[in-house]
Order: sequence, then C-alpha cells, then structure tokens
Amino acid sequence: MRLVCSWWERMGNEIAGIEGVAGMRNDDARIQLEHVMARHDYSGSALIEVLHTAQQLYGYLSKPLLKSVAHKLRLPLSKVLGVATFYHLFRFQPPRERTAVVCLGTVCYAAGGTELMTTAQRQGAGREWTIEAGRCVGSCGLAPVVICDGHARSRVTPALLEGLMGDAAKV
Amino acid sequence: MTSDTLLAVRQAELTRQSGLADRILCCTVAGCLSGGAREVRAAVQQQIDLQKRSGQVEVCGTGCMGMCSQGPLVRSSAADAIFTNVTAADAEALVAGNRSHFLNRTLLPDHPFFAGQKRLILGNSGYADPERFADYVARGGYQALWRAVTQMLPEEIVAQVKTSRLRGRGGAGYPAGLKWELVARQPSTTKYVVCNADEGDPGACMNRSVLEGDPHRVLEGMAIAGRAVGAQQGYIYARGESPLAIDRLRTALDQAQGHGLLNGRMFDSEFQFRIDIRVGAGAYVCGEETALLASIEGKRGQPVPRPPYPPERGLWGRPTLINNVETFANIPAIVEHGGDWFAAIGTPSSPGTKVFALAGRVMRAGLVEVPIGTPLRTILEALGGGVPAGFEFKAAQTGGPAGGCIPASHLDSPMDYDSLNALGTMMGSGGLIILDTSSCMVDLARFFMEFCMDESCGKCVPCRAGTVQMHDILARMTRGEGVESDFAMLERLAVLLQETSLCGLGLAAPNPVLSTLRHFRGEYEAHVRDHQCPAGHCRIAVPVETLV
Repeated sequence: MRLVCSWWERMGNEIAGIEGVAGMRNDDARIQLEHVMARHDYSGSALIEVLHTAQQLYGYLSKPLLKSVAHKLRLPLSKVLGVATFYHLFRFQPPRERTAVVCLGTVCYAAGGTELMTTAQRQGAGREWTIEAGRCVGSCGLAPVVICDGHARSRVTPALLEGLMGDAAKV
Repeated sequence: MTSDTLLAVRQAELTRQSGLADRILCCTVAGCLSGGAREVRAAVQQQIDLQKRSGQVEVCGTGCMGMCSQGPLVRSSAADAIFTNVTAADAEALVAGNRSHFLNRTLLPDHPFFAGQKRLILGNSGYADPERFADYVARGGYQALWRAVTQMLPEEIVAQVKTSRLRGRGGAGYPAGLKWELVARQPSTTKYVVCNADEGDPGACMNRSVLEGDPHRVLEGMAIAGRAVGAQQGYIYARGESPLAIDRLRTALDQAQGHGLLNGRMFDSEFQFRIDIRVGAGAYVCGEETALLASIEGKRGQPVPRPPYPPERGLWGRPTLINNVETFANIPAIVEHGGDWFAAIGTPSSPGTKVFALAGRVMRAGLVEVPIGTPLRTILEALGGGVPAGFEFKAAQTGGPAGGCIPASHLDSPMDYDSLNALGTMMGSGGLIILDTSSCMVDLARFFMEFCMDESCGKCVPCRAGTVQMHDILARMTRGEGVESDFAMLERLAVLLQETSLCGLGLAAPNPVLSTLRHFRGEYEAHVRDHQCPAGHCRIAVPVETLV
C-alpha cells in the first residue's frame, strides 16, 4: 500500500511540475477536462471519452497530458498509452496549421484517390500541411473527396487540389 | 411524459405545420453538406425574411433524400417535389414557390429512383427535421415506445420481433428475435442494450445517414429493446469520424430527456431506461461486438474469444444485447404495425427493407432503401440509372472489406442474405459499389487486404501475420512480379485465416480475394503469366526478358 501511495505522490509531483507545459497553461481547458472526468466519476472506463476531450482542448495528446489523465483516472500510464496508441484518431504531435484529409475509401480510391494523395503530398511537402488519409467520409456520391481545413470538397481533380492547396497557402 | 402529453405535442405540431403555406426542407446530411447545403439553407432563411413570409414559409433541415450525387437536394412540401443541384442563388425562387425555375431539376415522387424504393427506415427523411423532437412525434414517433411500455408485456415485444423474422443488419444477418430472447431469458438484474454505430466499411454511410437524418428512431428502438429484454441502460457506440451524427444524437437525446423520456420512468410506468453515447476513436475492429464492448469499457478495442457470447456475458460481464443502428431503426415500425406486417415485406427468409449506399460508376449515386430480395439489376438500372455512357459494368462490390464482388453474369440475383452468401459475398452493412471495366480486380483485392492489414488489432497471429502475407502476394501481383505458386499460397492463407482467426475481421479478410479469384481468375492469371493488367490500372513494368 505504501508503495502504491508513493507512486501516486510522485506522479502528483510530476503533474505539479508540468503546469507550465505548453498546452496546460490554459486554465479553462484544464477546468473543462476536469469537469468531464468528474462527470464520469473519475472512472477508468471513461478513458476514451476523456482522451477525446483532452485532444479537443489541447490539439494533441502530449506526454504530460497523458500522465495527468492517468493520475486522475487512477490508471497505470502504460494502460493509458496502450489505449491512446491503439486508436487512429489520437494524435501525439501538435497538428500543423492546415490539414488535408484525402479520402481513400473504396469509392474514392476507385475514382483516383491515390493520385490525389500523391498530389497532396507533393504540394504540402515541407509546408504547414498535415496530410492524412481518410477512411470514407460518407460522401461517396460525390467521389473523390478531399477535406481541406475542415471543408469537404467533392469531385476533386489533381489540378483542383493543387489550386486549393496553393491558394490556401497564399492566404 | 404521459400518452396525453405525447398526443398534445403531436397535435400542436401538426396544427402548426398545416398552418404553413410551404415547408422547405434542405438535406443536411454529409453528402449534401459538402455540396453547400448549409449555404442554401441560410440563403433561404434570408429570402424568407426579405420577402416577409416568415410564418407562412419555413426552412428546416432534413435527412438524406437519397440522390446524393445530384445534391444539394431541397424538398418543398407544397410542391411535393425535390429539387436537385440547388444553390444559394435558387433561394428566391424556392421561397416564392416558383416551380418553373427548376424545370429540369425537379424530381417527383413517381420518379423511377423513388418508385422502386420502399422507405421505412428513411421514411422521415425529406419530411421531418432531425433536430426537432416535435417533428418526429408528429410523424408518429414514440408512439411505439408508448405502446411497448404501457400496452405490451416484454415477452410480447420479443414475440413480435421473432414473428417479424428481422435479421441483424450489421452484416451477419443473425435473427434479432432469437438474440433478444436469449438476453431476456438471462436471470441477471443488470443488463445492457448496445447500439453498434461503428460503421467503418469504406464506401458505406447508411448508418451514419440514419443517425444524421432520424436519430430519434434509433433511440426509440433501443428503449423498446430495453423494455423487451429488461435492461436499464443503453449505450450507443458511435464512430468518431462522423461528428455530425454524434451531434444529432446528443441533440435528440437531450430533447427526449427534456420531455421526460430516456432519463428515468416513462409514461408513468415502472420502466426506466437511460442511454449514453460513447464515441469511438477510429478502429475498424471495434465493429466486432466483443471489441466494441472492450472499447466502451475504456480499453483497447481487442476482441475476446466467443463463447460466451455477449447475450450471456457482455458489457462488464453482464448480459448485453448488441444490434446495429438499422436493426434498432426497424423496431418502432415492427411494434407499431406488428411482426406479421413486417414479415410480409421482402423475402420470406429475409424480411424487411435494406438501405444500400449505391456509389461508384453509376448515374445516380446515393442512398436507396429497397425490399430485401430486390434484384441487383433493378437497383443498378431502375434506381441508379445504370452505368454512364462510355463505361461498361464490370462488377458490384458489396459488404466492404468483408464482402466480395458480383460479376455481370449474376446481375439478376436477388439482394438477400442467403443469395449473396451463395455468390461468395455478403450483405454486410449495405455498401454497394459499382465498378466499371477500368477497375482492376487484383488491385481491388489488394486494396481491401491493405485495409484489413492496417486495421488488424494484432491480438491473434493468423490475422496479424496472414493479412500481411496475403497483401504482399497481391501487391507483387499488381506489380507484375507474381509467380504461379502464389495462387496456391493465397488460397492456403485464405483458408488458414478463415479457420483460425479470433474474430470476424480476420475471418472475413480473405473474402474479397476469394471472391475475385472465383469470378475474375483470368485477370489474376493475366497479371502473373502475361505481366499485364487487362484493366490498364496497374502500372506493370515490362519484364526485362521481353525487351531483349
């Protein structure tokens, strides 16, 4: 028991020490995250919900953030990391300024999604773009689809995508 | 809420709607939104204010009206017509009721696209606003829940579902009634109802459209299930990638709770039922029931061996009823009209309707709901308008990464669970992708195998290693580097995966390969023996020896 307590104390200290870490500075975000955890009675079964909220608030899951979540939900860090890395939607790096999600669902793939992916990668290389492959965004009737900065664009051609990404960079 | 208040809400809403000269319903589901439906709706609202017609004309959102490829779609209740390809510039004509403005863009209810359909699950889409509780109630919503809670015994509900012979719409087609009975029979006092809304098949958006277009229907179905099996708590496991569906569900849940449903006793009875939403985080394997339950418990979404099946030991070790979104969406109608009514729709072995997401090389892509057993040709030609001129039909892919292909020679086969299984494919959750001759079947098999390889959770070896091996072989074939022995190896691996995988993902992963091998073996042989891709899709380098 003593051993467990000292472990938690140590974890507690570490969290006290990370107050100044980039994402954690924002007090509102911390209160909101706390609120969500409290709503679930700090139960470990709410881990995925809590991670979703944490990512929404901070943009990504930093190591101190994960440690803090582990501490609050009384879960070993290994378990929190295990769950967080299992799911595709969790990010461990801050997202770049702009995102392009190229849908590579079956219909978009058949309609030339790979070509768009190559274009996006070429166009966004070394710039402020995060390029991701999407698994069907549900607009199959309008394939191929690219989601540029949160706006879904339908029937995209490589030329159109080049324009989209080029224009966006100028703004 | 009591039956009287339900009736009052209904009457008030019906009176309100009958006082309107026109109701303009803009599709606000993923497909049309990406085409600019939000702007159309805002423009129409602006025009209503400008033409001073508020109180007479109303604009609201609605569920998927089907023809997504011609979106954004807008329905006018006064004209009883759907207008296609609507832009913000059409707002003035919409509000003024100027129908001639949409001369070539009007779809009437007798259009072949709609005439061939039977819309039960999507019945409210195009007629009701998914974000308004009263709208759902006005169309008869929560009437079935009232009946189930106050007029029926739990056994009677289960009996109706059994009579309906409803089969699970998640893909496997297990009879829902049997599952319900199994859960109902468990002695445990704590039971759960779980709605599997983790629709991850690429090329499938049926469940998402149902959730976005008519969330109350799913909630009602779940509450009826809770009453039937004796559960007090329900969970909806929604896909994290569809935030709009989650938003709509949350709104609907808040509204229902605000009206005294789903947050304690309802209709002055002893029956209590709560529903919580759990959001997935992008793992295809979580569509498998035991993986889904693990994910709800906050763990890695890895399946566990069955039996015991979830109806015996599910969420937190308690009996759990898991059904798909579409299965639950069918329940209110079954309770309302009776199991016999439902059993008369579709085929005797698979009654009811099925929503298909028709996409790919077809004139009218979108969401269609047809009686089960409708021939593929009808769906493709009458509803979908056939393959566009200049293209030739090659195959229809159903069931996503767990399914297979239907070649042109089987176009007349009925779309029901058993016929599709006999063809080596499956119903799946309802994706229906039309491929033309420019699609390479070997590459398609490789694409699905890559998907399964990425999504394998890694728990059991056959799936984790087998999908990688099969993908390697297929990738080599598409590069023109396949060898003759690859065929035997592919088939051996396929059998191995089918017989030894822990869950449905590994078990079904070889299906696209086996199906394309069965119907398009010649194409594989062309890749391996002649180093050619008949579809002209794969970039195969000319082998060195032929150059010499």
